[in-house]
Amino acid sequence: MLAHRALGLGPALRQAALRPRNVARNPALHNIVAKRSVQTESLPPSAAQEILNKQRLRRPSSPHFTIYQPQLTWLGSIANRVTGAGLSVLLYGYALAYLVAPDTFSSVNVVDFIHGLPEGVKYAGKAILAAPFAFHSWNGLRHLSWDAGKFLTLKGAYSSGYAVLGLTAVSTVGLLLL
Amino acid sequence: MQSLVAARSSVLKQSLRGFASSAARAQAAPLQKPVLNKEFKIYRWNPDEPSQKPTLQTYTIDLNQCGPMVLDALIKIKNEIDPTLTFRRSCREGICGSCAMNINGQNTLACLCRIDRNTGKDTKIYPLPHMYIVKDLVPDLTQFYKQYKSIEPYLQNDNPPADREFLQSQEDRRKLDGMYECILCACCSTSCPSYWWNQDEYLGPATLMAAYRWMADSRDTYKAHRKEKMQNELSLYRCHTIFNCARTCPKGLNPAAAIAKMKLELAAE
Repeated sequence: MLAHRALGLGPALRQAALRPRNVARNPALHNIVAKRSVQTESLPPSAAQEILNKQRLRRPSSPHFTIYQPQLTWLGSIANRVTGAGLSVLLYGYALAYLVAPDTFSSVNVVDFIHGLPEGVKYAGKAILAAPFAFHSWNGLRHLSWDAGKFLTLKGAYSSGYAVLGLTAVSTVGLLLL
Repeated sequence: MQSLVAARSSVLKQSLRGFASSAARAQAAPLQKPVLNKEFKIYRWNPDEPSQKPTLQTYTIDLNQCGPMVLDALIKIKNEIDPTLTFRRSCREGICGSCAMNINGQNTLACLCRIDRNTGKDTKIYPLPHMYIVKDLVPDLTQFYKQYKSIEPYLQNDNPPADREFLQSQEDRRKLDGMYECILCACCSTSCPSYWWNQDEYLGPATLMAAYRWMADSRDTYKAHRKEKMQNELSLYRCHTIFNCARTCPKGLNPAAAIAKMKLELAAE
């Protein structure tokens, strides 16, 4: 009987109590109404882990950067990564290219090539190089000051972040005018 | 004397009249608030139908018939619209950390997050980011708790004072402020991009702040042992000082600062 209760027979029995009188009085109908349609299966406790592991395999991973609010904190960090990687690729790429073909990539050739470009392309190219360089340098100083224990409040992180953005804008223009 | 009696009777009459009119007022129809419908878009996934992809389900609620917090809206939806909606909740006052979820793109506790009453914009509710989902808004926190356990989050001291409790100066006690208040809701860890990509080995802000809470405790003598555990590439040093943790913490704590201090102490050794 206790086992029946544990199986959740409560609702079925309550329904049985509420059924019309003529049904309640007719003993032939008793079993039909009280029987549950759901069958339960008894499992040993050791099977629980297996069921859990099966479920775990099917679980989806919840969405992350696609739904997270854009904030200066993590977008600044991503920008630092991207600019750092881009500048490194350029540096190592040029160095390796020079190793492979020292004549084509000599300073004289590079200067001649850039000299021949139209004015607009020159400024665009300078901006594409100067902005990541400025941002990565200033943000690097910001990281150094964090590692030294400065600006470690949320307010400090935000004001230093905006300062880096402002300094990046100013120094990009400065580098463009060189 | 007569005047006193007269005064008293007039007071009595007044109060009688007052009582009668207030009774009449109570019978008047209550003021009807206008209907203020707002849409809630909620992440749904049912483990009983694992082949179906997670979806966003839209529910519309009259904000004037609902409590002020997002948790009130979730409970209202579960009670009145869809009893299959699944989420964790317990204290409804920001101390248990059960109802941590991503609301409008930020991790926070649903019970501490006010509903934006601008009905032109919907409110989007997702589970904590980059976690395995048990059902709907319930993430699997097994790994998170295992990581917390791994830092031995309890006082360790082989020479306890024989006749009394541990004593601590007020300055030493103050070093724990801003760290001991953590309720382990996992908002910070699941907001951290480093934790998203390296959850299996990087401990994450919540666990690291708890680790530093014990390193900073003047009564604990296992500092060397605790620091030794952090001396590898992944446990601690995957923190890139992004500050998403401090930005999102519903209790206003600053795990980023605790981790930076821990790094500084490890470097100064």
